[in-house]
Amino acid sequence: MPIDNGSDEQMIVMDDVYFTYPNGVEALMGVNLKIEDGEFVAIMGQNGAGKTTLVKHINGLLKPTKGRVLIDGVETTKVSVATLARKVGLVFQNPDHQLFSETVEEEISFALKNFGYDEKTIKKRVDWALNLLDLNEYRKVSPFMLSGGERKRVALASVLAWDPKIVILDEPTIGQDYRQKERLRQFIVQLNRQGKTVIIVTHDVEFVAECNPTIMLMRQGRIIATGEAREILTNETLVNQASVALPEITKIFKGLEDFGFPRKVIDVYEAADILYERLGGQR
Amino acid sequence: MSMFDGFKFRSVSSPVHQMDPRAKFIYVCILFVVTVMFSNLIPLIILFLIQVPFVFMARVQKEWMRSMKGSAMFAVIIFVMNLLSLYFYTGYETFGSILERSLAMTVRFIVLVQTFSIFFLTTSPDMLGLALEQSHIPYEICFAFTTAVRFVPVLAEEAQTIMDAQKARGLEMEGGNFFKRIRNYIPILIPLIVNAIRRSLELAETMESRAWGANRNRTNLYVLKMRREDVLLILISLVILAVSIYVSMNVQMPSIIQLLTS
Ligand SMILES: Nc1ncnc2c1ncn2[C@@H]1O[C@H](COP(=O)(O)OP(=O)(O)O)[C@@H](O)[C@H]1O
Ligand SMILES: [Mg+2]
Repeated sequence: MPIDNGSDEQMIVMDDVYFTYPNGVEALMGVNLKIEDGEFVAIMGQNGAGKTTLVKHINGLLKPTKGRVLIDGVETTKVSVATLARKVGLVFQNPDHQLFSETVEEEISFALKNFGYDEKTIKKRVDWALNLLDLNEYRKVSPFMLSGGERKRVALASVLAWDPKIVILDEPTIGQDYRQKERLRQFIVQLNRQGKTVIIVTHDVEFVAECNPTIMLMRQGRIIATGEAREILTNETLVNQASVALPEITKIFKGLEDFGFPRKVIDVYEAADILYERLGGQR
Repeated sequence: MSMFDGFKFRSVSSPVHQMDPRAKFIYVCILFVVTVMFSNLIPLIILFLIQVPFVFMARVQKEWMRSMKGSAMFAVIIFVMNLLSLYFYTGYETFGSILERSLAMTVRFIVLVQTFSIFFLTTSPDMLGLALEQSHIPYEICFAFTTAVRFVPVLAEEAQTIMDAQKARGLEMEGGNFFKRIRNYIPILIPLIVNAIRRSLELAETMESRAWGANRNRTNLYVLKMRREDVLLILISLVILAVSIYVSMNVQMPSIIQLLTS
């Protein structure tokens, strides 16, 4: 199928992408996808399905062995990672793989310096990012002194600081407690409302269910399904194939099907409303 | 990465792989001493050639070629540096002898790479640890050694991830002058070192919680035993050492240039 060069609102296009690591592992085998400007996507699938490999293709860290990847209409093989990184902010799973500065402030300005912003802009952006992630009090603190969750926020701030059009978060919920997760969720949804294209990689179904993004399920280097969260997360066969679990609330409503409850419930608040109504309450 | 493959253990069944690591270690030490002893081209070339059959016996030609290719760049640098420094600082020598001495230094480097390549390609880290232990070296030291060897690939993988993470934040590794290039390594080395230290502390804690070092008298499942081949290898090594010492003290080594011009 011929594709238009992303001329309209396609932000990310992958056209029959294959990728093989130097050691011979075939991590991607014929991936096709289109993500629009401002879309919110969650990539899900079991460990080793190729999720990280896939997102590394979006900022050009990896180039396809076969096929093409277009970002905002530009093929990734034609530009450097640094050029793509201005548009694509990729936050890695483990913040300890990037933190190295003496203070949080310096850590956040690292990328801004790399991109050649002037002093004044850098200062403005750093202030902005510190505020955004509630890190103001740690400005002069060493990132190595912070807790895991805080380090993760510093890593996130250091990427958001340059305001990339596309934000990708690889496994953002790992190692976060309930509170932090909830804040992260609100934050991500807000980013998306502001018009950013947001991609999260995760197997945290509850987290995804509450965000309600488009879901892409991966399995063994292929995308096996794409669709709305409500459709995908309630489809037991698909979810099993990708080794993802059904959300707890979905399991409950599946069990209650015989009593005439709707099957496709993924959100706890929605579930509460349905039950409330059934029990004769008024809202 | 490909250069390191020339020094990474390859599990092949061959007579060389089955040899006692201690015998191989003695061989490596003696070859090292002998290689450093000579600075003439002829004996160094001989040292290179006598090891080639060993490579084929161990069936690691491909990996050995890797280490040779990987060191080619360094070899060229060593050659050029020697050539230049000899040319500028020892004005009295003929160009022919300068050329030969530079070549000798280069071949010496290649022989060293070759020797270590053969040793590491054919000796697994576990065997090495065992060899150390059964040579009555304190177990703490043996353990530290084997752990260090085992973590090398982990560190290499981690370095790659860190490099990716920093590139994603706009770090450009290529280009720039010498100092900028060196500075580019700071954002990679710091996380790498910090993580390595953190991991070693974690490892120490988990080991202690599993009663590491509780028993002074450890026994091993495998006990190393010298066989006839191993003794033979040690004897050959000793002969090489003896001959080398004799030759270097009593024989005026001819240079190739002299042989050619006489
Ligand atoms: N640097 C690498 N070299 C070789 N193989 C790799 C590398 N990174 C990942 N792989 C392999 O590629 C496959 C996909 O990995 P990855 O994209 O990290 O999966 P996920 O992020 O979904 O867990 C796995 O089989 C993994 O072992
Ligand atoms: Mg991953």
